[in-house]
Amino acid sequence: MSSSYDYDEADGHGQMQLSQQDVAYDPNFVPDYVKSFVVHLYRYIREKNVYEIHQMYETSFHALSDRYFKETPWPSVDAVAHYVDNDHVFCLLYREMWFRHLFARLSPTLKQRIDSWDNYCSLFGVVLHGVVNMQLPNQWLWDMVDEFVYQFQSFCQYRAKMKNKTEQEIALLGQYDKAWNVYGVLNYLQALVEKSAIIQILDREKEGLEQFTANDGYDYDGGSNVLKVLGYFSMVGLLRVHCLLGDYQTALKCLQPIDTSQQGVYFIVIGSHIATIYHYGFACLMLRRYVDAIREFNKILLHIYMIKQYHQKSSQYEQILKKNEQMYALLAICLSLCPQVNLVDETVNSQLREKYGEKMARMQKFDEEAFAIYDELFSYACPKFITPSAPSFDEPLVNYNQDAYRLQLKLFLYEVKQQQLLSGIRTFLKVYSSISLAKLANYMDVDEPTLRTILLTYKHKTRAVDSDRKIISNADIDFYIEDDMIRVVESKPVKRYGDIFLRQIIKLEGVMNNLDSIKLE
Amino acid sequence: MGRELQQPQKEEASYTVEQLVALNPYNPDILPDLENYVNEQVSSQIYSLDANLCLLRHYQFEPDRMSIQIVSHILIKALMAMPAPDFSLCLFLIPERVQTEEPFKTLIVLSHYLETGRFRQFWDEAAKSRRLLEAVPGFEQAIQAYGVHVLSLTYQKVPRAVLAEVINIEGPSLDKFIEHHVAKSGWALDKGQLIVISKNEFNHPELKKSGGDIIPMENITRIFPILG
Repeated sequence: MSSSYDYDEADGHGQMQLSQQDVAYDPNFVPDYVKSFVVHLYRYIREKNVYEIHQMYETSFHALSDRYFKETPWPSVDAVAHYVDNDHVFCLLYREMWFRHLFARLSPTLKQRIDSWDNYCSLFGVVLHGVVNMQLPNQWLWDMVDEFVYQFQSFCQYRAKMKNKTEQEIALLGQYDKAWNVYGVLNYLQALVEKSAIIQILDREKEGLEQFTANDGYDYDGGSNVLKVLGYFSMVGLLRVHCLLGDYQTALKCLQPIDTSQQGVYFIVIGSHIATIYHYGFACLMLRRYVDAIREFNKILLHIYMIKQYHQKSSQYEQILKKNEQMYALLAICLSLCPQVNLVDETVNSQLREKYGEKMARMQKFDEEAFAIYDELFSYACPKFITPSAPSFDEPLVNYNQDAYRLQLKLFLYEVKQQQLLSGIRTFLKVYSSISLAKLANYMDVDEPTLRTILLTYKHKTRAVDSDRKIISNADIDFYIEDDMIRVVESKPVKRYGDIFLRQIIKLEGVMNNLDSIKLE
Repeated sequence: MGRELQQPQKEEASYTVEQLVALNPYNPDILPDLENYVNEQVSSQIYSLDANLCLLRHYQFEPDRMSIQIVSHILIKALMAMPAPDFSLCLFLIPERVQTEEPFKTLIVLSHYLETGRFRQFWDEAAKSRRLLEAVPGFEQAIQAYGVHVLSLTYQKVPRAVLAEVINIEGPSLDKFIEHHVAKSGWALDKGQLIVISKNEFNHPELKKSGGDIIPMENITRIFPILG
């Protein structure tokens, strides 16, 4: 088991272990800067001034947190409520931010975890009833869904560590068994998807009857974007939860309404873009759809390379970098299992060589050392799998938070081992245009029947089953057997002239339009 | 070559289950319906991966309600769906300690043989577990179909002995099998010993459609305003 798999509060969350008594914290004390913050935020929300809301949410909140609330929570919602007319929905939003800050900087208690769940229930309940009339920035709405899934994952891992739980904690867990219950989490996400009718909206958009993506999800008809966009991001939330459970097929199904080959609302918020592609790629890896995974990882790694300088000041910069590194590791795995020459962009390729060139060479040997590297990279890059069931309170208390990860790792390595002999075949196929079965068996030091089974395995493993249950070939180098001869077939990269012409036509049209619009004196 | 998902027979119960899985999958009350549906898949020789994954998830959420027999039937059905990776997809959802018990240990071994083209070992092992596998009608034919599939990816002409080993049929039955495919699937006999498998893009590279320069219609429609 690789020690690089840490499933405690990582990802930049909850590093501080200070209890709240250590640093003086009065939940009812509201400093002026907090009062000013909530008053302004409340006003901007009422005015539907999305730009200002976004500034306050993205910049001011983090600046104040960094400066004044490094080690303590923000003032309690009860203390600030009267500055904002005791507005019910605003208070729910404030509480959501309050808990998110707590989880990020401090170590939440069990009671706080449960209270946060209650807050999400209230918040989503209000949204699902259709009574929220606001326009909120996409970043905020994404963060809500992202944090919801994160806290669920965190709770499952916390709950699975039964060994050192106190009697009170165990009692509390038994009493509040609905909190962060897996059915509840999934049903809320599903409800948001359904109630928002987002799938139908996306369908109608394809026929030109809706303006959802074109408006970045915002509603310019005086309505609210909250339910729609939460519904949209909940599809990504479902993708993520199913990956955490190990159900990759359903994960991809949940994401199906979103077309990752196009830009869409998922693309607007960098966090959502990365989360979508990371989980999509990981699911494809586990489904043995290596080419699909490679394509998507390549696209996003190139994208991050181009834009990461613009996010250096952002509070999410570290997360972006971490996911970037993890996706390089996954790409290294995919390319070792399914070598492809033409799918990876030059920039990405050179980064990949730098980070994992040596390891990839060793991985393709498929010996014990190679398996250790597969283990290491998988453990580093995989999601934090969870065991969704409640613990049994009768049995002796053990920690079972590693079980889910161990299973996924074991099955992954099992698959890798089944592909052990394939790289040997590839080496010979690259060198010969045709070779007799007898000769190849001799070179590979196996008898002919064994060689036949290895060749069948190569054919089977280099095929993937796509989402329409069709079989497509992953092989960059292929063969067929005619009589007793193996004839090698190399797939030639086809230059996509059609795409090039299309792009140039559109570009030229754009240039001509620009020229037309210039008025000469 | 594709293994198609069988559509459920037109019975009220199965139609409703498919709907349940699509619309209300996270409801613990549907567990009995899903279990009944597995039994129906077995007896009526139909198959639904989505419904079975849904059930396995429910077992994951409430391990006390797991039925070993139902899970083993799901896994056997998944084996029959090869070359699709359904068997692995199901294993991802079954706890490790359950997988170390029978009959799952045997089923995993059987899957391993099929994944690595070791058909002789597969049929030997399967013979030892006849009672388990015969509970699911259509098992043998499904595996034979998978065997033929892999052979047709690999060979233009396959020696009779190799075919016999892969599908576990010999003698006059094998002749009948070959005759059937000659009539229905475009096979041909060559020199009595070699069987010419139907042409496809995998064993006849010249048949491979050049996937490179196909432009989807939507892309062309984007430039209609410019061209028009």
